[in-house]
Amino acid sequence: MSMRPRAHELGVIGCHACGLVCEAPGTTTHATQCLLCGAVLHARRPNSLSLAWALLWAAMIFYIPANLLPVMHTDMLGSSSGSTIAAGIVEFWKSGSYGIALVIFTASVAVPCAKFLIIGLLLVTAQRRTPWARRERALLYRLVEQIGYWSMLDVLVVAIVAGLVKFKSLADIEPRLGILFFGGMVILTMLSAMQFDPRLTWDGNET
Amino acid sequence: MKAFPTLIVCEHCDAVYRRPTLAPGEGVRCEICAAPFLRLSRLDVDHWLALTMTSAVIYVIANVCPIIRVSFNGLHNETTLWRSVAALAHGPVTLMAVPATLTVIVVPLLHMLLLGWVLLYARRGRRAPGFRIVMKLLVTLRPWSMIEVALIGILVSIIKLAGFLHVVPGVGLWAMGVLTVLFTLIASPDTRHLWSLTESDVAV
Ligand SMILES: [Zn+2]
Ligand SMILES: [Zn+2]
Repeated sequence: MSMRPRAHELGVIGCHACGLVCEAPGTTTHATQCLLCGAVLHARRPNSLSLAWALLWAAMIFYIPANLLPVMHTDMLGSSSGSTIAAGIVEFWKSGSYGIALVIFTASVAVPCAKFLIIGLLLVTAQRRTPWARRERALLYRLVEQIGYWSMLDVLVVAIVAGLVKFKSLADIEPRLGILFFGGMVILTMLSAMQFDPRLTWDGNET
Repeated sequence: MKAFPTLIVCEHCDAVYRRPTLAPGEGVRCEICAAPFLRLSRLDVDHWLALTMTSAVIYVIANVCPIIRVSFNGLHNETTLWRSVAALAHGPVTLMAVPATLTVIVVPLLHMLLLGWVLLYARRGRRAPGFRIVMKLLVTLRPWSMIEVALIGILVSIIKLAGFLHVVPGVGLWAMGVLTVLFTLIASPDTRHLWSLTESDVAV
């Protein structure tokens, strides 16, 4: 491992908002402001781990009703039915649209589950301050940051479809409660990833 | 309290570097965590501003023109981006309309307006009124813009509906495609660079 100095060892903090490197306050309890942009500076985001855990648990709880409850309700020529996220994917698959089925599966199942696992892993390892696989964990964090919002896809699809199919008694599609939990889950996971301070990955014992 | 303008800290791992002088289009990766933590955009301020204004115009087209037209048993219907997210408000899941509207409509618009505002002044090396707040907002807003997700969402909807309706893509859809490209171009340069390009009239 390289011997490059780290900001907290030198007694400085890099501002997250403008990038200026400022002197860290002597006593840690005292919050300080960036000299250039005025953002509040923290050596480490306060309560990063506990807030990230709380948001992650909330997201995982939301994910259960998101999958069990129907996300939309279809009224078609007199017959009506509700469909869950899984039913939507199966329907695409059966009709031969394998590509679209995969896209929705990725956005609604694979990405959320991968995010739960990755954030959980980052939190556990940061808590233990372990030097294990730091570069890989840093890569996973950047991945979560970049792919997280794609899960919003299903929410927008339901919105567009429900907005279009409004043909009075002939055909009508309405959004249902499941999509609310699903959207909530996406937002909570994004907030959880934002709460996690990636610098914590590099704290603790050297190799 | 002192500041050290010659240093830079990787925000992903806290490693300290001497601030490098970068050529446009050049970037550096952190040696410790491999994050690309500093990058100078190829766009100069004038081009950046021009692209921002263009995307604002395209944004209006994308929002005003219908994105999809459908017909069913002789009945026709069409929707705009705005009416799609508003449709959420009428069902039993009213609450969901708020984040949908924010991420697809409000945040991208705000991003373009705020960026245009600071760039307009940055052209002359000045800091726009409210520079500090606007710069902070730009950093905060960035992850909540979901134009590209909306574009894929429209495409998936078209395929979903094509099974039982006659679906025709509208002008709004093409505008969304162009907007996605433009928005990615204007939102990816690091706005923090503007701090060093500008000087304030009053001492900070
Ligand atoms: Zn700052
Ligand atoms: Zn780094």
